Amino acid sequence: MGAQKKKDAARVPEDLSRQRLQAIVIADSFTTRFRPLTLERPKVLLPLVNIPMIDYTLAWLESAGIDEIFVFCCAHSLQLIDHLKKSQWCSLVRTIVSHKSTSVGDALRYIYEQQHTETSQIQGDFVLVSGDTVSNMPLAELIREHRERKKRDEKAIMTMVIKKQSSRLRIGSDQLFVAVDPLTKQLLYYNEGGEVCLDKSLVMDTSVLVCNDVQDCYIDICSPEVLSLFEDNFDYQHLRRHFVKGLLVDDIMGYKIFTHEAHSSCYASRIDNLRSYDTVSKDIIQRWTYPYVPDISFSGNRPLKLGRRGMYRASDAVQSRSADIGASTVIGYGTRIGDGGKIFNSVIGNGCSVGSNVVIQGSYIWNNVTIEDGCEIRNAIVCDGVKIRAGAVLLPGVVLSFNVVVGRDFVVPAYSKVSLLQQEIKEDSDEELECADSSKGTADLLSDVNNLQMESKASELGPDGAGYIWEVCDSVHDEEWWKHSIVPIPMDKLADITQVMDDDDIEDESVVPPRGELKSDNDSISTDANDPNDDDYCYFQREVRETFLRAVEEDNNVDHVTPLINSLRFSYNMASADCAGAIFYSMMRLAIDTPHSSTSELYRNATSIINKSKGLLGFYVKQIDEQIEVIMKFEEMCEETAELVPLFAQIVHFLYDKDVVQEDAILRWGEEKAGADESDKVYLNQCEAFIQWLKEASEEEEDEEDEEDS
Amino acid sequence: MPDVQSMVAEFVNKLRKRKIEGSQATAKCTVELLRSVISHQRVPHANQAAALIDAVKAVGQQLVAANPVELAVGNVVRRVLHIIREEDLSLTTAAMAGLDLLDASDDDDIDNCKGIGYPAMSAAVVAAAARSTLRPPSLQTLLEGTPESATVPYTSSSGADSESKSKSADKSSLTRKLKHDVIEGVNQLIQEISGCHEQIAEQAIEHIHQNEVILTLGSSRTVLEFLCAAKEKKRSFRVFVAEGAPRYQGHLLAKELVARGLQTTVITDSAVFAMISRVNMVIIGAHAVMANGGVIGPVGVNMAALAAKKHAVPFVVLAGSHKLCPLYPHNPEVLLNELRSPSELLDFGEFSDCLDFGAGSGSLQVVNPTFDYVPPNLVSLFITDTGGHNPSYMYRLIADYYSADDLVM
Repeated sequence: MGAQKKKDAARVPEDLSRQRLQAIVIADSFTTRFRPLTLERPKVLLPLVNIPMIDYTLAWLESAGIDEIFVFCCAHSLQLIDHLKKSQWCSLVRTIVSHKSTSVGDALRYIYEQQHTETSQIQGDFVLVSGDTVSNMPLAELIREHRERKKRDEKAIMTMVIKKQSSRLRIGSDQLFVAVDPLTKQLLYYNEGGEVCLDKSLVMDTSVLVCNDVQDCYIDICSPEVLSLFEDNFDYQHLRRHFVKGLLVDDIMGYKIFTHEAHSSCYASRIDNLRSYDTVSKDIIQRWTYPYVPDISFSGNRPLKLGRRGMYRASDAVQSRSADIGASTVIGYGTRIGDGGKIFNSVIGNGCSVGSNVVIQGSYIWNNVTIEDGCEIRNAIVCDGVKIRAGAVLLPGVVLSFNVVVGRDFVVPAYSKVSLLQQEIKEDSDEELECADSSKGTADLLSDVNNLQMESKASELGPDGAGYIWEVCDSVHDEEWWKHSIVPIPMDKLADITQVMDDDDIEDESVVPPRGELKSDNDSISTDANDPNDDDYCYFQREVRETFLRAVEEDNNVDHVTPLINSLRFSYNMASADCAGAIFYSMMRLAIDTPHSSTSELYRNATSIINKSKGLLGFYVKQIDEQIEVIMKFEEMCEETAELVPLFAQIVHFLYDKDVVQEDAILRWGEEKAGADESDKVYLNQCEAFIQWLKEASEEEEDEEDEEDS
Repeated sequence: MPDVQSMVAEFVNKLRKRKIEGSQATAKCTVELLRSVISHQRVPHANQAAALIDAVKAVGQQLVAANPVELAVGNVVRRVLHIIREEDLSLTTAAMAGLDLLDASDDDDIDNCKGIGYPAMSAAVVAAAARSTLRPPSLQTLLEGTPESATVPYTSSSGADSESKSKSADKSSLTRKLKHDVIEGVNQLIQEISGCHEQIAEQAIEHIHQNEVILTLGSSRTVLEFLCAAKEKKRSFRVFVAEGAPRYQGHLLAKELVARGLQTTVITDSAVFAMISRVNMVIIGAHAVMANGGVIGPVGVNMAALAAKKHAVPFVVLAGSHKLCPLYPHNPEVLLNELRSPSELLDFGEFSDCLDFGAGSGSLQVVNPTFDYVPPNLVSLFITDTGGHNPSYMYRLIADYYSADDLVM
């Protein structure tokens, strides 16, 4: 059984030895998705199942037969270089440092410039990956394929690895559309996220394979021309968005990109958000990445022992007898777990101490974390050196950065990110810019941290805590924040998305609607968006309500809430009239839920809430249709809640006074309702006087105008 | 000796990443590595054997830690340690015999050595005899061992006489001598490992008879050679190959068998029980043979063994002596199994979304063990390069191949 394998192994290096194999690892993602963690440690050194991410990449590259690896460092380069020096790859790895680069494009340009000054740089084809790739794919065949193709066709400068996958939600990536020539495997079209518009010629050509069920592994085999192309086109920043698109659309010198579909038995994935961090961790625990699994010491790490049901434990981990440690957990060296703990689906690093009666579920606890008794942690990431005091609760989606202290009995709100460093005030929200400013800024910030701990004892994390809660959703990219969080996607969102996907499937592939942008304000679609699915609307309404309540609690201003609601609206495919209805609904519910003794008090509550939030509502009721929707919604609510019935006319009047609803809308509503059943007219009757007054007022106006005209 | 260190590091790396597969290849690489470790090791004048043992042990520990599942590594390291001890012993006894002849000194040290040396000598002699002869050290050879004892030391250390002549040059030459002898012994071990297939295959004719039906599972080079050897001796028989899911190495074996002109049928693993009543003998290759006679083999072997037991079909295990492991399977230090990637079972792309979606929905777990354990009572016969043995005889073989001091490294 060994002989067969040996023969294979012997053949491969011989074939490749003709040319040294080189790889460029970009050890910086140039994005901000892992903030605030990346302010203190480079992303590629973040532990993935207790081993730094880059070790997975390097171990894989090394075993795939790469002779020389260039690691491009940018942010926190010292930490990274230090790590690489200590690792077992120091003979293999050469580091390139540039603090000025702000994108992959810059990095490649820098490497290209260096090429002329230093010897033994990129000599031939090279593998280009980012430092957060986890894979066990054999590269030898792929490289051979690339070289052979290059020999036949000078213009074939890049081979891109794609992989079939059933759901893009797993790793939280954007929808990817590619069009490939099935015979030559040439890439004809590439689009990630955003609007899909295929060239007509592509669609007409029947021999083109268009697929949206693939994942881009971000593993590329490049020829040296790629570097010079980046040099020539100095505006290329992003490897896919600019470079690939540039080649495909602008047809630069006839260069071609080819694809290689990875065999289904190998694993390849990139970690570019917290969701994929969670998924890839789970895949590692489930051993899909074999032999890069925790019980094999592939990077000089101390191997853990694998027990039943996917439990990895360090040999010296101390665990109380009464602790319940469930399937798929990893417990690192020197970690102690107290009585009655419940730990499921979680990774706990080295040197942690977990008190008694602690619940940890679906979380990632890094090294040297102290968790005191009775804490509850669900779907959170807890970085090195964090202290969680007794009784504290981390709600799902929380990210605690390095050395944060959570105060006693404090409840950290869901999806919040906490760091000792203060969130930078939005200076330039260009999403591509992360490292340049962070690398110089962090040092200063860090030095302030100690002072901070001294002066502000009572922090945002309870009286004995330390750390700032960052605001979520600061960039456009976080529009779908839940998609990138480590929390499993909420069932309602999931249902919704699968719904949308099914819709996509039904439609002709050539005219797939640009998801998200589907409807801004056009009436034609908004009308049928009302009926399709009542469940959807209920979920949507609930979400809006929660968002609204949160906003009220936190006293956020309109600017903060509207993006949230907008994102909900896009993800549920709702019209802005629905938003208006839902917001109004939330406002009235809030009024009803506020304790009150009499209807007049209820009215006062309602008016004060409307007063406060009319800006938000106003954002969505710019058109008559939307305003009518608000009134109709109100009617519906009155049906449900008898208390509101007597107030109907009053509140409509109030809305009119506050310019939320214009008179045209009220009149139109009146006209619509005039023909309805008698039972439906209760509210209309209530407003009779008001409508009458409005009519008169407008007639007067008209009269006045007439008079003026004449 | 930086080159040796780098060699060790490289090999450790290979073991860690599971780049070397199959116990024979691993065993061979290990011995070759240890040979160069020994030849590069500088030995002090006093206590050379201990220095060598320490060096080998240090390397051995690294190697075992690198891949604890591959038991052959540990076995071979222990074999080498045993060789060192044995050669040391035979040298001291030979030297002392010379000393005794020259002058009956009353040195305390020598007296001590005498005390240890003489009783131990018989053991060393027996072990050396066991290594040099193909046949097992059966009860008969053990009984007949005494007359042989005079001849064996001379064959293994022919230079002993010349040495005893000049006492002054004794020490320096002794140093080289020990190393030389050890390397000789290790070379012999390498030969033995590389030749184990032929040694085992030689016995095929005694076990496979005309018109029999043989069942095997998975793929093993030893089994392949064994079957082919029987074929070459003009025995005609049929082979059923259970494919050995999920790695389907049985397919490769079937291909090779057909290429060599054997009547071959491939069956699924799950059909083993249905076919077993037509089978005359089950022959499988082992990954390791434990000290109690239990077998670690490719996954599915236990099932085949149980089926064979049920139908009283002989269950024969082929194993080179490097697969003989002096550890017991209930020892917690022995890692018996390795779980491989689930991608051998399932297509990741297709199943990825039922793996971990949502906390509420059930998630899919895949377990893909590499090995199976067959308890000794299911095994009818072991065929090793020293002949056929009962499972209950394994402890005896182990006593011959390993010294008790090395069992725990």
